[in-house]
Amino acid sequence: MKQIKVLGSGCTKCVKTAELISEVVNELGVEATVSKETSPEAIMGYGVMRTPAVVIDEQVVHSGSMPEKAQIESWLA
Amino acid sequence: MFAIFTQFADWLVFQLLGLTPEQRLGEALHFFVEDTTKIFALLVVMIYALALVRASLNVERVRDYLAGKHRTTGYLLGSAFGAVTPFCSCSSIPAFLGFTSAGIPLGITMAFLLTSPLINEVAVLLLLSILGWKFTLIYIAVGMLVGICAGALLDAIHAERWLQAFAAKALERGKQQEFQAGEAEVLSWQARHQFAKQETHDIFGRVWKWVLIGVGLGAALHGFVPEGWVVDHLGQGQWWSVPMAVMLGVPLYSNVTGIVPVMESLLQHGLPIGTTLAFCMATVAASFPEFVLLKQVMQWRLLAAVLLILLTAFTLMGWLFNLIGPLL
Repeated sequence: MKQIKVLGSGCTKCVKTAELISEVVNELGVEATVSKETSPEAIMGYGVMRTPAVVIDEQVVHSGSMPEKAQIESWLA
Repeated sequence: MFAIFTQFADWLVFQLLGLTPEQRLGEALHFFVEDTTKIFALLVVMIYALALVRASLNVERVRDYLAGKHRTTGYLLGSAFGAVTPFCSCSSIPAFLGFTSAGIPLGITMAFLLTSPLINEVAVLLLLSILGWKFTLIYIAVGMLVGICAGALLDAIHAERWLQAFAAKALERGKQQEFQAGEAEVLSWQARHQFAKQETHDIFGRVWKWVLIGVGLGAALHGFVPEGWVVDHLGQGQWWSVPMAVMLGVPLYSNVTGIVPVMESLLQHGLPIGTTLAFCMATVAASFPEFVLLKQVMQWRLLAAVLLILLTAFTLMGWLFNLIGPLL
């Protein structure tokens, strides 16, 4: 079971990123939870300076833009 | 090089629609068509070209570079990086905290964050193409000066005591630790192209409506405000016009791309250069949505201090340029 978090202040790009990841998770049938993290303190804790960022099982895998679908698939593989 | 846009507007408005330059509507429409086509074309070309060059410059690198820098150079560098780094205002909070937790003084961080919306490459190139190099240089110099002074002043009054508790703690921790810079990534041309394409798409998608609104306003001013009205009512003689322009500019949240056509129109109507600058900077720099975001890391007192410093700086700068404007 993967824990996926999308870090961001709630801007449109962050919301879209979370939606896209949920979509890919469903398509691939991967066991994962997708949640959003908006607290500045928590985002700081991950050392992220550009949002949206993606954290999988507490590892930052992406930061600064909406990820491509292919990228998301490679993280979930 | 830009004559083609004038010719296109001539053709569309005067030949195809049959209006004349003497009609108010004709003049306004001509201004609108010429400016929107010119700005849209410039935007696409310039955002792409610049993004290719600055693809590898990001906030993480700026932080690594600013960490441990001496204050005096720090303000200047912070402001200079603010001017050139690609930066989305939606990232201002994480960027702020990233700088803070690296132990960078509040003033240097704010010099970066305040200069960033004031000066960006799109605005600079638009100013250059529409208002000329003299005005552009003045704009850049003033924008950086405001960022530098605001930063230095915030440190001088020890404004960091008004950070939210967790941010203040992060700053303390950061000051005590030796900062470890991350590794700079090397980008291939393929990745640069990808970044540039994405940037062009993002920025254009964000600013096109501001351009339309700005040019629309500029065109309306251009065609319908009677010649001489601005000079008579908002000219140099009225000292209060500068603070009024600043107060008027703050609630008018706009993108700098949209404000450039308005500047063009105001200047052509004889609004003094200082008043124009003050109005534009107030509109672009002090936006309410951004201020509300900053509340997450700052207490009200700090927010009020920043706002007060900005308003004062813009007003003083406006008066100064109204005085020396005729000499330029």
